[in-house]
Amino acid sequence: MARITMREAISQALWEEMERDPSVFILGEEVGVWGGTYAVTKGFYDHFGPERVRDTPIAEAAIIGGAIGAALTGTRPVAELMTINFAFSAMDHIVNEAAKLHYMFGGQFVLPMVIRAVGGGGRQLGATHSQTPDAVFAHFPGLKVVAPGTPEDAKGLLKAAIRSNDPVLFIEHATLYQVRGEVPEGDYVIPLGKSKVQRPGKDVTIITYSKMLELSTKAADQLAKEGIEAEIVDLRSLRPLDMGPVLESFKKTNRAVIVEEGWRSYGVGSEVAARIYEEAFDYVDAPIQRVAQKEVPLPYNRTLEQMALPQIEDIVKAVKEVL
Amino acid sequence: MKKEEHLELYYQMVLIRLVEEQAAQLYQQGKIGGFLHLYIGQEAVSTGLISARQPQDRVITAYRDHGVAINCGLSAREVVAELLGKVTGSSKGKGGSMHMADVNKNFWGGHAIVGAHLPIAAGLALGDQYQKNDGVTICMFGDGATNIGYFHEALNLSKVWNLPVLWVCENNQYGMGTAVERASAVSEIRQKAEGYSIPSSRVDGMDVLAVRKASEEAIAYVRSGKGPYFLEIVTYRFRGHSMGDPERYRKAEEVRQWQENDPIGIYRRYLVDHAIATESELNEVDQRANETTLDAVQFAESSPEPPAEMLFQHIYVDAD
Repeated sequence: MARITMREAISQALWEEMERDPSVFILGEEVGVWGGTYAVTKGFYDHFGPERVRDTPIAEAAIIGGAIGAALTGTRPVAELMTINFAFSAMDHIVNEAAKLHYMFGGQFVLPMVIRAVGGGGRQLGATHSQTPDAVFAHFPGLKVVAPGTPEDAKGLLKAAIRSNDPVLFIEHATLYQVRGEVPEGDYVIPLGKSKVQRPGKDVTIITYSKMLELSTKAADQLAKEGIEAEIVDLRSLRPLDMGPVLESFKKTNRAVIVEEGWRSYGVGSEVAARIYEEAFDYVDAPIQRVAQKEVPLPYNRTLEQMALPQIEDIVKAVKEVL
Repeated sequence: MKKEEHLELYYQMVLIRLVEEQAAQLYQQGKIGGFLHLYIGQEAVSTGLISARQPQDRVITAYRDHGVAINCGLSAREVVAELLGKVTGSSKGKGGSMHMADVNKNFWGGHAIVGAHLPIAAGLALGDQYQKNDGVTICMFGDGATNIGYFHEALNLSKVWNLPVLWVCENNQYGMGTAVERASAVSEIRQKAEGYSIPSSRVDGMDVLAVRKASEEAIAYVRSGKGPYFLEIVTYRFRGHSMGDPERYRKAEEVRQWQENDPIGIYRRYLVDHAIATESELNEVDQRANETTLDAVQFAESSPEPPAEMLFQHIYVDAD
């Protein structure tokens, strides 16, 4: 096992898949000469060349539409959106085309493509550049939505996404790139659509993913000092959503807190809570709690921004609420 | 061109006309749901254009796609069956009028969001360029699509990357009910290509042979590796935008004048006047097209509905 950052893990996955399969190529804003706005593709342009590491105009519909067309011809494009907020400029191509073409033409169209997008708040980028709209994309059948919370998962899931024959939106959290974690040596793939228990416990189930896994883990550390053992289930994929480990854990603890960075209304927590009530109602010992972003456009001011984002104390408080 | 080729072009145009007329009737009988956009009046455009392509050339178009499908080699049976939502349709009944395709015939749809298929066309061309195929992507769209952002992003990208794509604007004078000059800053659409340094030409879309010749030249240009080319084909749709069109935006006299310029009539006269075919030979072709159309309707009406389990098929390629 090597201890590397999330950025290195994602970069390794891309590099190894490009070495393995010549049909894989990258396109996006500043992925080439610049080396990626988050430095994920640093060194790629010099090694793989301009045909396989393609700098695009700042034109998101052309990036995603172009990736769709190229995927239809049998290549495996990895399109990078500098931030997920820019995905709205390509919304039609993501949800109206990529998510629907295979179904709408009776299975004829196959789109082996990945959209990498950087999301999340906490860096004082203001309301338009700080969103966590993961649930919006997870709403659409036909799209797969993945959002890893650890370097190990990021590498294995991105490899699976690139090898997948379906369009996958791969959401990377901007403040996780520097986070380090153990990553297995060599080639490994983690199947899409599988939740995972990241921390065992018996008193309460915390269901979360992406950046909020980090905060939930810190909250669980605090709770452990008070003798409360929280089990953390990491969704990893939002669509398909794997409720298996969630329900298994909940049937053991009978108490749940769902933690997400996006807004509470119509969010991931709403969906997971509803499914627990639908599928494990007899096991409910306390109303399920949701921790999420305050319902405001994220402000620039650091203090206000942090007030709007979920904090470790919010998670601790919510856990005590359900106990 | 050999006589057989002429007769084949004529046959395709007549077949499209007859299939569309049957479709209008089926729609009025309530057998076709949703929207129905007829190609009547525009037959020479896709017939001339697609007759100029090689098998490795991809075709992608907008929602007025029944005629394009037939020109690409889809049978009238699978076109009408798709209109009726039957499992024997080209998209197994899941796409409908606006979403026909057959990837084995290099026909890539049938796209219903105005302009959205242009970036996809750029991507198809990118895929061919990346894999060093010598195919040309032929992307058809209406005049209305040239006012949306996708058009400009796609044209720009095609030039920047020198993609093997032929942009074909079917200028039928109206984006739904809004005349070109009321919606577009320039009414000669090909001028828009000049802004991207893409060479262009403009051709009479009621003359199938003129369309074919212009298309051959344009496709040859793109195949030679010089990058994208823009072809504006001026045409007119004889029917409304869709079946629900009140047609308050144009005068009956204008429609009548264009109908005198019927592309099938023009071509028929040409073939007779140039002693390429006799009236009776052309009548035989008409008869054959009519039989094919009636057979297609019979086939579609007697085809089964998609089975219920198909509802959940084709959401993903990789099963969970």
